[in-house]
Amino acid sequence: MGIKNNRLSTEELVANFSDIHPPFEHAEGAILEANRCINCYDAPCTKSCPTSIDVPLFIKQISSGNIKGSARTIFSSNIMGGGCSKVCPVEKLCEGACVYNLREEEPISIAKLQRYSTGIAIHEKWKLFERKPSNGKKVAVVGAGPAGLACAHALSLQGIDVTIFEKEEKGGGLMTYGVAAYKVTPQSCKEEVDYITSIGGIDIQYKKELGKDITLAELQKKYNAVFLGIGVGVARELSIPGEDLEGVEDAISFIYNLRTNDYSKISVGDKVAVIGMGMTAIDAATQSKRLGAKEVTMIYRRTENEKPCTDVELDLAKLDGCSFIWLAAPKEIIGENGKAKKLICTKMKLGEPDASGRRAPVDTGETFTMDVDMVIKAAGQIPFEELVAKSELKNNGGKISITKSAETNLKGVFAGGDAVNGGKEVVDAVQAGKDAAKGILTYLGIK
Amino acid sequence: MANLQSSFLGIKSPNPFWLASAPPTDKKINVLRAFEAGWGGVVWKTLGSQVKNVSSRYSTLDYNGQKVMGFNNIELISDRPLEINLKEIREVVREFPDRAMIVSLMADNDRKSWHEMVKKTEDTGAHGIELNFGCPHGMVERGMGASVGQDPEIAKMVVEWVMEVAKIPVITKLTPNVHSVVPAAQAVIAGGTNGLSLINTIQSVTGIDLDTLVPNPNVGGKSVFGGYCGPAVKPIALKFLTTLSQDKIAKQVPISGIGGISTWRDAVEFMLLGSSNVQVCTSAMHYGFRIVRDMCDGLSNWMDEKGYKTIDEFVGLSVQNVTRWEELDINYHIIANIDQDKCIHCGLCYIACEDTSHQSINIERGNPYNKYTIKEEECVGCNLCKIVCPVNDCITMEEHRKAPEYLNWIEFQKRGLPLNDH
Ligand SMILES: Cc1cc2nc3c(=O)[nH]c(=O)nc-3n(C[C@H](O)[C@H](O)[C@H](O)COP(=O)(O)OP(=O)(O)OC[C@H]3O[C@@H](n4cnc5c(N)ncnc54)[C@H](O)[C@@H]3O)c2cc1C
Ligand SMILES: Cc1cc2nc3c(=O)[nH]c(=O)nc-3n(C[C@H](O)[C@H](O)[C@H](O)COP(=O)(O)O)c2cc1C
Ligand code: SF4
Ligand code: SF4
Ligand code: SF4
Repeated sequence: MGIKNNRLSTEELVANFSDIHPPFEHAEGAILEANRCINCYDAPCTKSCPTSIDVPLFIKQISSGNIKGSARTIFSSNIMGGGCSKVCPVEKLCEGACVYNLREEEPISIAKLQRYSTGIAIHEKWKLFERKPSNGKKVAVVGAGPAGLACAHALSLQGIDVTIFEKEEKGGGLMTYGVAAYKVTPQSCKEEVDYITSIGGIDIQYKKELGKDITLAELQKKYNAVFLGIGVGVARELSIPGEDLEGVEDAISFIYNLRTNDYSKISVGDKVAVIGMGMTAIDAATQSKRLGAKEVTMIYRRTENEKPCTDVELDLAKLDGCSFIWLAAPKEIIGENGKAKKLICTKMKLGEPDASGRRAPVDTGETFTMDVDMVIKAAGQIPFEELVAKSELKNNGGKISITKSAETNLKGVFAGGDAVNGGKEVVDAVQAGKDAAKGILTYLGIK
Repeated sequence: MANLQSSFLGIKSPNPFWLASAPPTDKKINVLRAFEAGWGGVVWKTLGSQVKNVSSRYSTLDYNGQKVMGFNNIELISDRPLEINLKEIREVVREFPDRAMIVSLMADNDRKSWHEMVKKTEDTGAHGIELNFGCPHGMVERGMGASVGQDPEIAKMVVEWVMEVAKIPVITKLTPNVHSVVPAAQAVIAGGTNGLSLINTIQSVTGIDLDTLVPNPNVGGKSVFGGYCGPAVKPIALKFLTTLSQDKIAKQVPISGIGGISTWRDAVEFMLLGSSNVQVCTSAMHYGFRIVRDMCDGLSNWMDEKGYKTIDEFVGLSVQNVTRWEELDINYHIIANIDQDKCIHCGLCYIACEDTSHQSINIERGNPYNKYTIKEEECVGCNLCKIVCPVNDCITMEEHRKAPEYLNWIEFQKRGLPLNDH
């Protein structure tokens, strides 16, 4: 059949892409769960949340019926608390640290409770924060992703007028264009961006790209400070023969298309190979399967022990019917009439630990060949090296270098999020945005 | 297998669990189903002159998502015609001759009315009478219920009227709406009552609707004090019970324990403090009659485990363990110990002790788990940490006597020993 779209009926697609972690249907469910929380002191869950949300407090507020307070508790630490409650890999964050785990029992459904309060707040458009009167200072934020939005909100709260420059036509960054569709919908991303900016003092200019429509020098001149929250860019090349064949696609653009078009318009193959085992790889694999691909095989250089995704994510791919080949690296893609037909892989074995502390894969010289009609590359993303270098920003392979107060080597230019850490989670980007806002406020002598 | 048979003033029942006088016992169909479910006996809903009830009638105290910690009602005595009640009682007695049938009475406040009520009740074949001197609402305003129970002289007089004609055992049910139940108990014993039961409900306001600002239950925009019962009242009931069990006069008659009993454990506690059997209301109103199954089963297993063959063998055994404060052993000293293998690092012991007790727990911050240890020299052995710890047996209180010999407060003062070193 080859690569084609429209493999499933609308009903099937709707079912396949429906919310993977449905919210509480009723207050009773939320309260029952909230009451399971024992309200730890110096709570491990809070310490394991990159934005340090006071989890026991917001949960207690749900059980006391103070939903407004609960939402404020969450948003005051994490303005994207709504989105985070749907996309955070909680098994390695808050829920992974919940003391219930130490008793071999299900941890508190922290994210689901967080979704409960924030969902109501966003739906009801509760005004939970009052911005200070404008103090005349102006800050430019580049990128309307989680880092940029969090930074903008924190600055606006203190009376700064913020202008966000965003190259896409929607806000939310990878939340809108990257995260799996069964976690967040474009609609919920939009509502979240609107809710965050409803505080006022934040002007988002869409379709304005740094390096193309505007320059950093311009921004530095026109604004009192600049924040760069541009994320990371394109997918890493495999650098193997056959990468330019039809049917070879990178995961980021595959997902971008999926997030910006009707599901029925997205083409997938019969036999899809996904290269990589990170979160993005998992998302590409599960979503291919959910679009109707017959066989999806994930290929990874190391073993399950070294995999970068979490067990929960891997289980998701397993449940979706994906198969896995461990200890294999792509060597060459063979085509026929310009279309991908076969994937040749090298068998690997584990050697000595590398810089990441994980045992490094070593080529055994043996190969195997598998039939494919589509190859999705998800072997990591690379930062905007060119843009960064051109701006004379100190960087590490494109990852912008910053100080403790989030400032770059250029005076008054701050950065954070994926652009700095090379690609972590939404919640890390939010914290980076907050940290940068703090740095900027100090820099501007405010508070 | 333990024998759960109970005999209260000679009234036999296959187990010591009776349903207290209340809605669960107010008509034949309920009571038949209660007996089918296995209840040992019932105290029929209080009979008296005809009354009229309002709506709504109940409200509760809920806590952290747990419903009905406490239950409150503003109902009166039976609002069904006396003759129907009597007819049904007669029928039930005939159908279930092995179960205890006690009829609760609250006649108008004159000798003749009481005489008539007692006689009519006896005609049904009921095995005993319970005098309701405890209803805290509605009836008080009419000179009945708690207003009788609160005045020992009046209580005694009414009991005397009853005893003039009673041929079956008479139990007097005491109100807890007094600072001590002992004077009323002594008075009704002097008046001739054969047994006592307690507690009836406690006057209460369970809460207020924060939108309407009307307390619960709301009767057309107004509320009244209601009668409080359910799990929350157990500790108060046990205290009153103990004061009777320790009183020379009161302890001469059998006591039926009531107030917040919802499990066999609660029942055993009442019996250990001197009640010969127990009565249950709220818990049945919450879950239905089926709760009696585990009550019987749990009691039986506990008795087997402890080697008690009959109930009488353990009734009252804990009474001697309740003493006066000045007789407690001051040299007895315990210190908390945390089992690090069981600890789940919730920090609840630490913050409770640090903020509100004796700052005796050490914290060593970690990520994400802190380590908590006891500062032995600071710990006063108050139990607070053990109480708040969510893990069973994680915190244990270990004995470290101050000195080997028993020393009480009176002796301590006599010797002029130093006061607190904290
Ligand atoms: C496929 C995929 C799945 C993911 N799934 C999850 C998940 O389930 N949970 C989770 O927590 N995280 C997930 N992540 C990671 C998460 O999305 C990111 O860590 C997070 O969005 C980073 O936020 P940011 O603001 O730093 O960058 P981004 O979200 O990338 O936002 C950067 C913004 O800057 C804009 N921009 C870039 N260059 C320019 C320019 N030159 N001029 C103007 N604007 C520009 C971009 O358009 C974008 O809007 C996933 C990532 C990917 C790729
Ligand atoms: C709705 C309701 C009605 C009651 N009516 C009576 C009554 O008519 N006569 C009486 O002696 N006690 C009455 N009581 C008190 C109960 O018999 C019992 O003493 C009290 O509820 C404590 O027991 P519990 O905690 O198991 O409910 C009533 C209690 C409730 C909840
Ligand atoms: S933001 Fe994410 S990590 Fe933090 S508490 Fe919420 S769900 Fe957990
Ligand atoms: S660790 Fe678990 S139980 Fe403790 S406060 Fe956090 S969510 Fe509640
Ligand atoms: S309360 Fe118990 S489980 Fe929690 S920290 Fe203290 S000892 Fe550990």
